[in-house]
Amino acid sequence: MDTDIKVALVGNPNTGKSTLFNVLTGLNQKIGNFPGVTVDKKTGFCELPDGRKAQIIDLPGTYSLYPKSRDESIVFSILADRTNLLKPDLIVVIVDASNLKRNLLLYTQVADLKVPVILALNMMDMAQKAEISINVNAIAQKLGVPVIPISARKGEGIDKLKAAIAFANKVPLQQDTIDVEALAPQLIAQIEKEIKVDTPYFALQLAHQHETLDFLTPEQSQRIEELEQEFNFHSQKAQASETIARYNYINDLLYDTVTKKETAQDQSISNKIDRVLTHKIFGFVLFLGILMFIFQSIFAWSAYPMKLIGDFFVWAQSSLHHILPSGPLTNLLVDGVMGGLSGVMVFIPQIAILFGFISILEDTGYMSRVTFMMDRIMRKVGLNGKSVVPLIGGFACAVPSIMSTRNIENWKDRMITIMVTPLVTCSARLPVYTLLIALVVPNRNVWWIFNLQGLALTGMYLFSLISAVTVAFVMKYILKSRERGYFIMELPVYRMPRWKNVGLTMYERSGAFVLQAGKVIVAVSVILWVLASFGPGDRFKQIELKYQQPQYTQHRQSDELQRTIASEKLENSYAGVLGHAIAPVIKPLGFDWKIGIALITSFAAREVFVGTMATIYSVDGNAEKMESVQQKMGTAKNPDGSPVFTAAVAFSLMMFYAFAMQCASTVAVVYRETKDWRWPAAQFAYMTVLAYLASFITYHLLK
Amino acid sequence: MRLSQLGLGETGIVKEFTDLEMSVKLMEMGCLPGEEVRVSRIAPLGDPIAIHVSGYQLSLRKREASTIILQ
Repeated sequence: MDTDIKVALVGNPNTGKSTLFNVLTGLNQKIGNFPGVTVDKKTGFCELPDGRKAQIIDLPGTYSLYPKSRDESIVFSILADRTNLLKPDLIVVIVDASNLKRNLLLYTQVADLKVPVILALNMMDMAQKAEISINVNAIAQKLGVPVIPISARKGEGIDKLKAAIAFANKVPLQQDTIDVEALAPQLIAQIEKEIKVDTPYFALQLAHQHETLDFLTPEQSQRIEELEQEFNFHSQKAQASETIARYNYINDLLYDTVTKKETAQDQSISNKIDRVLTHKIFGFVLFLGILMFIFQSIFAWSAYPMKLIGDFFVWAQSSLHHILPSGPLTNLLVDGVMGGLSGVMVFIPQIAILFGFISILEDTGYMSRVTFMMDRIMRKVGLNGKSVVPLIGGFACAVPSIMSTRNIENWKDRMITIMVTPLVTCSARLPVYTLLIALVVPNRNVWWIFNLQGLALTGMYLFSLISAVTVAFVMKYILKSRERGYFIMELPVYRMPRWKNVGLTMYERSGAFVLQAGKVIVAVSVILWVLASFGPGDRFKQIELKYQQPQYTQHRQSDELQRTIASEKLENSYAGVLGHAIAPVIKPLGFDWKIGIALITSFAAREVFVGTMATIYSVDGNAEKMESVQQKMGTAKNPDGSPVFTAAVAFSLMMFYAFAMQCASTVAVVYRETKDWRWPAAQFAYMTVLAYLASFITYHLLK
Repeated sequence: MRLSQLGLGETGIVKEFTDLEMSVKLMEMGCLPGEEVRVSRIAPLGDPIAIHVSGYQLSLRKREASTIILQ
């Protein structure tokens, strides 16, 4: 799309920046990647009153241009890099009018970069409520930039802001804020001369950040380093004195433009809410209640839409089989690709529901309180207060949960959470566990009320939580972080959630999943489908020929015959060959080649285990007929006549499913969230090793 | 006296910092020398704490609060 002007949105976290972005662009937004960071690049288009089109880019929220995390570092590099396609013609700094002082620090930094800038005073309604009166014109005059009071939430002042963007000057008109040159006079002058930059503050920023900026050549960066040595420049001391100078400027600016009636803070509504929500006892009880509610909802509310999606694809597949000429291409399209697509779409209800809740928790300000309350416990195991939500969400499904880790600001905490979430017993493991438990654990009660099978299942759930926490604890020592782990964060005032934002988040997250992780999932499903549906040489043809002989067709019912054929085909497919190939490796775990096939096909999704077992033992394998699968497995014998599924084998298999990363969707989503293949690879490796060890130990203990 | 030693509801005025790197972050967040701070909340398990500073609520761990020296 053609753009006439590029506008960047910059502001502190919790200032309503995303709301403003949504108001300006509507559904007209695109999500992409910034190189090297995990935060999404959100761009969108906005029609200006003069008919021109503005491209709006939403930059990560930050308190300062000096980044404290990798994600924040993107802000300065976009604003400063002249070669970057996204380099804005205009910057809109959005500030919280009810807390101008802290918010203006970022404005003064941005203004000194000498790019045309507009100041948007958001939450004017809140400021009025707090009896803060702001002389907007006086501020505009002192700063020398347009100052537009808005309320992004209520959509007030947006037209004025659009008009201001349309009529913005092409040259920066803002007043200088502080005497930047005084901070490091010789160094700034020398960098301006040698690197050819024309703004003193830009030169100073290069001195601070040259190590992480991609647009500088290594020689330039090296030269800046030498200059710093020469002029005895200490980055942190310089940042400290700059910040103090900026706050002095801000205090002067606000002294006669903003007046605030002193109200007792303790009386505010937010504080009253906090007294209950972060209470020693009620706080935890309420949080537990909310978690349970979310967990239940992901399970209960998603069941029906998931069934609808599943049924739709079954219907579409069977009708396409009728319409299209039969042949390998149709099979690939209908069974392979459509099957994969159905595997992607089926996640949408869970993702939408979880993100609906999370965006409510974030929007209201409750999520920061969760972090505040849980920090002490979670920190001990290397996690973050905010890790609680993905971990509990993991009981339903790891895919939306891993996507939800993006609100964990600390990089290391976030990575550990992503790495351990798939260990939590997700709903796809449930059919596998119930099948195996029913097979080997007697269905009777102990101590009157406890059902033995139920106890075994509960045990598996608890065990998964313990293993997740233990692995997190170990990773705390393994993972090296470049960033220092701060907890210093704002506790925003409680607000009502913005329902439009909640809806947009649900829509946007589901879309991002389908478009980005979906590709990988479909690809993997197609590969697995090919492996299971084709065999080397003419083995499949031979099987078909064999069963066309009269001794089979005459004496057996046609569907029974079909199942026998399917079973024999699977055995001779590439997956079957692979199952035979890995048989020696999994033999120490007590698994035969048939289980090997199931382990391979389960990579599409864990619950496929049941279906594969049904095909291998040639029984009709839909959910209602689970008992027939169970019967067949129960009577299955090894070549020497001993039963295949002993307690040792069943528990060993459960341990394998507890630890192994048998989920292509999770692998895809971990890649999408970390933007680096090494993370899912490392995760896959460590989980496979753990699975193997746990199975090995279990098998040999119970044998 | 350090900020970490204040009880719930008690106030103090920031004098200086013991950790330069942390001080840069704290000052950016509006916690500057000369600024009044009040402990407004303590987490149920005793750590972290929340302070009222520069017109808003800031939460930080006790270890981080101990780098702030009060007048």
